[in-house]
Order: sequence, then structure tokens, then C-alpha cells
Amino acid sequence: MFEALASLVVYQWLGLPRGGHAADALHFFIMDTTKIFALLVAVIYLMGLLRAILSAERVRDYVRGKPRWLARTLAILLGAVTPFCSCSSVPLFIGFVEAGIPLGVTFSFLIASPMINEVAAVILVGILGWKLAALYVAAGLLVAYVGGAVMERFRPERWVEAYVWEIRMGEVARIEMDRSLAGRHRYALNEVKEIVGRIWKWVLMGVAVGALFHGYVPQSWVVEHLGGRDNWLAVPGAVLLGIPLYSNATGVIPIAEAMLGKGVAIGTTLALMMSIAALSLPEMLILRKVIRWPALAIYAGVLAISFTLVGWGFNLIAA
Amino acid sequence: MKTIKVLGSGCTNCKTTLKLIEEIAGAKGVDIRLEKVEEIGDIMGYGVMSTPGVVIDGKVVHAGGVPDRRTIEMWFEE
Repeated sequence: MFEALASLVVYQWLGLPRGGHAADALHFFIMDTTKIFALLVAVIYLMGLLRAILSAERVRDYVRGKPRWLARTLAILLGAVTPFCSCSSVPLFIGFVEAGIPLGVTFSFLIASPMINEVAAVILVGILGWKLAALYVAAGLLVAYVGGAVMERFRPERWVEAYVWEIRMGEVARIEMDRSLAGRHRYALNEVKEIVGRIWKWVLMGVAVGALFHGYVPQSWVVEHLGGRDNWLAVPGAVLLGIPLYSNATGVIPIAEAMLGKGVAIGTTLALMMSIAALSLPEMLILRKVIRWPALAIYAGVLAISFTLVGWGFNLIAA
Repeated sequence: MKTIKVLGSGCTNCKTTLKLIEEIAGAKGVDIRLEKVEEIGDIMGYGVMSTPGVVIDGKVVHAGGVPDRRTIEMWFEE
């Protein structure tokens, strides 16, 4: 349906010749923009209707006081199903610390949350198919688990800002919700407005980059430089490239689509996706309010190494 | 008169929430005292981890996102 729409606009209305760079890029742009936004609205609305979106306060209650492995597993799973805005990272971090949740578990949560969420997972299935979606989600969960466990070894407690330990949280607010159908509908619409309003620019940018890559980067160049598994530097290169770049988990999907379409190796693509979504300067600057630079440097290092290993691993398996 | 506090450390959503409440209270002719709570320790003191949150006369009525219009209107109808 979306492909037909894109073809209609590009080839019929605009009359661009098939196979040209501009036509290819524009076709990709129209198809992905319409498809991703349609999926976004549908998925967020349905989740809102079911009230499936968990609150941070409830996540904290589930995780606190559990044995380490269970706490970490829960934190990751809950991080994966909650699309928190990175502006909530600071109160989240403090709330977890205050509940006595170990920092390593909190880091697992912070890694999983931006990298995986249920909305991005559905869109991944829609754009790249369920196999790649499953791979991405599994790799993300693994990195979050191991990454948090490794962070713990460095005893990051010593770098937490002193004021964090002094904050006492009040009784967690229980907010009454309107559970009628009309109330749910309003809530769902508001969620769509809020989330789409927050991420639309990342999605458009992602689609634009994907479209340019799809239309203008020659396949032979890609296959030669980024395709083979013999090129070991491609994966760390992709991770490094992803650090200064930031987009949310949904925005990176069209970029990955274009890369895979041109023959970039799958591990290299996954490494770039994870690096763009989970490792970013703005996120670091926000976390700097609660934890000092040494911990953040280790955090970035642990993530960069994990993504590289994941990339190499998948390139080996796929080759 | 209701005392309404908007909890949030200056993010866009917090500003939007503040403006929305001001606008709807004005339209309904309800007398309110609107305050911003930006200190993270104070925000957490209300048991709120996801901002923006809204507190009316000491009770947390909302957390985590911009409340929709109808919800705000209902706060003023009680």
C-alpha cells in the first residue's frame, strides 16, 4: 500500500524516470515516512488504549528488594517496554538509588530503555521483518544485562554526586486513572500526540538519511568497503560514527533499512543502530547531573565495546 | 482557591503543562495559585519520578507527560 502510494507520487505525478538517483531517494522517503508514521500512530494508540505503558514509579516498585539477577532481568524488561523521554533520566536515576536498587541494575535499565521499546519493535518488524527485529531486541537485552553487570565491577557508587544520596522520596503517588472507554481513548490520543510530537523529527531525519543512502550511495562501493566480514574495522568504525550522532530507536530503523538494502553487513548495521540509539552526548550530559565523568567514560567505553562485539559476532554468524 | 504545583525541571513538556493549566483555569474563571517546583529534591519529595507532574492542594493528580485538556478541565470541575 505504502509502496504503491510512493510509486504513484514519484513516477506518475512527478514523472521521474525509474532507476534515477532522485527518484529512488524520493520513493524511499515517501514510502518510509508514510509507513512509519502510520505504524507509530497505530501502535501508540493501541498501547495507550490498553494502558500498557508502565509508569516509572511502578517499575521501581517491581525492581526494589529483588535478588540481583532477578532485579536486573526485570529492570531490562521493564526498560524495554517503557519509552521514557531522556529528560526523565535524572529523577529515574535518583528514584532507583533511593529505593536501594544497585547502581549496576540502574545502568542495565538506562541501557535498555533508549535502545529497545515496544513501539520501535513493532516498526522494526514492519520495515525489516521479524527475524531482524528479534535479533536487534535479543542483542539489546544481552548488552543491557552484561553492560550493567560490568559497570557494577567498577564500583560506580563512588562517582555518584553527594546530593543524590540525601534526597528522600515521598510516598509514591498513586494516581487515579479514568478507566472508562472515553477516558482511555483520550489518554491514548494524548500519548500519540505527546510521543509523536517528541520523536517526529528523529524519524524524518532518519528517513532522509536512509533515502539519500538508498538513492545516491553506489552499491559496489558499499559491498567493497562495508559488506565483507573480513573488514574488521567496519564495526568499530560504525560504533564510533554513532556516538556523536543521536536519534531515537525508531529513527534509526530507516537508516538500517537502506544500509542492509545496499549490502552492508548485518553486524555492522546493528552496531551502528545501537550506537546511535543508546550512546549519545546529550544523554551523557543529562546523566552528568547525577554522576561524575569517570563513571560516564566507563559507561561509554563498556557500551562501545559491547556494540563492537555484538557487531563482530553477527557478522561472523551471518557470513 | 486551589494551589496548583507543576513539578519538573524546566523541560519543554513542563512549560507546556504550566501554560495549559493557566489557560484552562483562565477560561473557566477558576481562581488558582500556580507554582513551579523545579528543585529535583522537592519533586522527588512528592513521590514523582517522571515529569511533568501536577499537584493540587498537596495531592499528586498527574505524573509523566503533558495532561490532556479534558483531564485538566475535570480538576477544576470538582
